[in-house]
Amino acid sequence: MNVTIVDYNSGNISSVINSFQEVAKDKVNIEVTSDLHKIKSSDKIVLPGQGSFKSCVDALNSIDGLVDILNDFVISEKKPLFGICVGLQMFADIGYEETETKGLGWISGKVSKIDNQNGKFKLPHIGWNEINIIKDSKIFKNIKNNSHMYFVHSYEFVPEDKSVISATTDYSSNIVCSVEKENIFGTQFHPEKSDKTGLNLIQNFLNL
Amino acid sequence: MLKNRIIPCLDVKNGRVVKGINFVDLMDAGDPVEQAKIYSDGGADEICFLDITASNENRNTIYDVVEKTSKKCFVPLTVGGGVRSIDDIYKLLNCGADKVSINTAAVQNSEVVLESSKKFGSQCIVVAIDAKKNSDKWEIFTHGGRNNTGINAIEFAKKMEDSGAGELLVTSMDRDGTQAGYDIDLMSEISSKVNIPVIASGGVGNLDHLADGIKLGNASAVLAASIFHYGKHSVKEAKEYLDSKGIPVRI
Repeated sequence: MNVTIVDYNSGNISSVINSFQEVAKDKVNIEVTSDLHKIKSSDKIVLPGQGSFKSCVDALNSIDGLVDILNDFVISEKKPLFGICVGLQMFADIGYEETETKGLGWISGKVSKIDNQNGKFKLPHIGWNEINIIKDSKIFKNIKNNSHMYFVHSYEFVPEDKSVISATTDYSSNIVCSVEKENIFGTQFHPEKSDKTGLNLIQNFLNL
Repeated sequence: MLKNRIIPCLDVKNGRVVKGINFVDLMDAGDPVEQAKIYSDGGADEICFLDITASNENRNTIYDVVEKTSKKCFVPLTVGGGVRSIDDIYKLLNCGADKVSINTAAVQNSEVVLESSKKFGSQCIVVAIDAKKNSDKWEIFTHGGRNNTGINAIEFAKKMEDSGAGELLVTSMDRDGTQAGYDIDLMSEISSKVNIPVIASGGVGNLDHLADGIKLGNASAVLAASIFHYGKHSVKEAKEYLDSKGIPVRI
């Protein structure tokens, strides 16, 4: 099996690479590339994302043909894709970080700033928080409800169709922290930095 | 609920772990990669490497340490010490650091913070503030605590938040290495003035000090070196103690 981590200059992806390689060992081939042919022919895609919504969307668009390839992979071929942090946020129709920016539109909804309740909650939301698993998802196999995951973000994905939400976390309100829509998976938290539980989740994605 | 973080810090010099009293009197005490692995297996919420003499010496050894550690530890890794330019930040992140902490360079030129947070995202930019009390106010020290800039620490903290820092690592130079506890007034003052998380540092001698940093200092995270490093307490013991005091931690 070939799993591609899309390298589109979205910031620091070395931790994502290290964690997937740790889990994959020699059983799964992990490719890190922006090569469109390799991405197209892979079995699964990981879409990381750091920095702002706008900078990640701009970075995706700056590679000619990449968005078309991703759309084909996800929408037409229905192969599994896993988005992490801003990688997940870009599933939305629109994001409001920096300026209003169009997302990939795979899951209807918007990405807006977390309501910090007039300074009561510090932003970014940084650290370990519990996840409330609200939907059976293959990526949560062997992961207990209320497990801790590592978060670092100031914006949240608000999907229109609540049935795509597979987990939430409590920070000022119930923040969507995991979504699943058919072959599309994403987490707001960083499984690559969430110790053994995070590696377990990565294993689950590789096992799909 | 978001948990308070416990961050063991490893002071690294020439690729080896050291921890001194008030930044002098260094003692060699181990391999940073192995130490970091022990901490992450023991439940550390993050690991921090501080390359303490980096401002003055060849610092290529730290890249090797970061690269090896990031392949073994799957919790966030922060690296500081001698981070001066966008290029330094890029190299550390590329080696596997998740965040970098900027100290002297941020004081000398806040543009570095502005530029790097735009380029890499605020989530990986920590500004380290070394402050010392001077009559009725705290002032910023740079170069590992050797230079007094006379800059007001509270005002500087706000400026760094505005420049895009994701977190502030606040060290009391009066307390660092003394094991007398954090400077609680400094921590709570800065924490109340900014909306980004504050990591308390400098002076931890016992587990009550960690609790005080969170409860009284309003820090989101507490950083300590010697109490973990010399085996006085494990990270697990620290967490169980904080939990017994009703402080939310990841266990």
